Amino acid sequence: MADGIRIEAPLTKEGNKSLKTGDVVLLSGVVYTARDAAHARMKEAIRDGGDLPFDPEGQIIYFTGPAPARPGHPIGPAGPTTASRMDPYSPLLIERGLKGMVGKGVRSQEVRDSMLEHGCVYFGAVEGTAALLADRVKEAEVIAYEDLGAEAIRRLVVEDFPVIVVNDLHGGDLYTEGRERWRRKIRTGEGS
Amino acid sequence: MREIPGEKVVEVVRDLCIEANTELPESHLAAMRRALEDEESPHGREVLERLLQNAEVSKERCIAFCQDTGYAVFFVEMGSEVRIEGGEIGELINEGVRRGYDEGYLRKSIVKSPVDRVNTGDNTPAIVYYEPVAGDGFKLTMLVKGAGCDNMSALKMLTPAEGVEEMKKFVVETVEKAGPNASPPVTVGVGIGGPFEKAAMLAKKALTRPSGEPSPDPELAGIEREILDEINATGIGPAGYGGTQTALSVHVESFPTHIAAFPVAVNLDCHSHRVAATEL
Repeated sequence: MADGIRIEAPLTKEGNKSLKTGDVVLLSGVVYTARDAAHARMKEAIRDGGDLPFDPEGQIIYFTGPAPARPGHPIGPAGPTTASRMDPYSPLLIERGLKGMVGKGVRSQEVRDSMLEHGCVYFGAVEGTAALLADRVKEAEVIAYEDLGAEAIRRLVVEDFPVIVVNDLHGGDLYTEGRERWRRKIRTGEGS
Repeated sequence: MREIPGEKVVEVVRDLCIEANTELPESHLAAMRRALEDEESPHGREVLERLLQNAEVSKERCIAFCQDTGYAVFFVEMGSEVRIEGGEIGELINEGVRRGYDEGYLRKSIVKSPVDRVNTGDNTPAIVYYEPVAGDGFKLTMLVKGAGCDNMSALKMLTPAEGVEEMKKFVVETVEKAGPNASPPVTVGVGIGGPFEKAAMLAKKALTRPSGEPSPDPELAGIEREILDEINATGIGPAGYGGTQTALSVHVESFPTHIAAFPVAVNLDCHSHRVAATEL
């Protein structure tokens, strides 16, 4: 695997500014897992004035629901899930200090605006590399919503976890830029 | 009449669940290797390299290739001269899924209802499609269907006047709309014909054809190639990071339809394209 820029969680807005769309990054430190059901509960907690399971300030959320761990391993295969399903929730956490998200797929304009305003970066991981990604997770512990099983919130400690910067703090978007760069025209009169 | 013990069905279903989730089909790996040779973008090549490496690791250690171990979808071809002993076939398949997903450390991803969203806890019910055939054969084909790409699927009721050109356009547009969300390079299952639901089922079944194997119908095979070229011209690329390899294979399955109709359904499968089959 290619070398990458090594960064350590927690993240800051200032530090995030140095990252550029397309940068390959090796992430180390604490990352929290959360996906559909956990986000719905965090939204309820915010609405009801309750506490979140962790303080989002400077933290990274990884959108994943791992497979069960085999004995002797901290976690089972754990690749990213489609991030757009978390779009309705992410701004709530970004406003409260979240500085990084790891997932796959396009984010909404609203989420991207919120990221730019508050200094949060969106990283892509490759879903079909779940077994390799799990090897980079050194510790895993369920810290909230245990009843949700795979969807519970876990506190992970990762080491050189490979991601790529999709949306940086300079308005870059790897999905749009990549597609434009490699698009070819094979039919005349092909609209839009 | 040939009799097959129910316990045997449970056992092979259990094995299929584990095999399909940990060993990608050789035809799919070969398609990924070809894509790696052809891919022009550096990010795209890196993604393909990692996917192939992940496939090796998951096979070696018998762990799931992807954490989304999906819906357990089965196509059952059951001969008219076969009888299953000791249990109803659907329940035997469910029992096999229960055991396979437990013993294989596979994620249980099925909720009881879209409304209450409570997990069934064992990845059942399996999704089972029966196809009666002549003779005494019994074949089970399993497709592990992840939701990320299934969510990006689409169906359209075209008119006969819109025809093949609109059909091709709709397939390409569906892949373009899905973009990175479907985890490309994708395998594209297309069903045309029948009434509404038949097209959708054909699209799903089309995914079980080995990667790169063209339709036996030369006209459909030509359409498959054209659609594939157009999809690979979109620039979406592996993982959507930009590149020339967005789809590995396009499979079109056709069925008779009504004089008023041209239904087309597109079912996408992500780079974790998991199919396994066995005969009893």
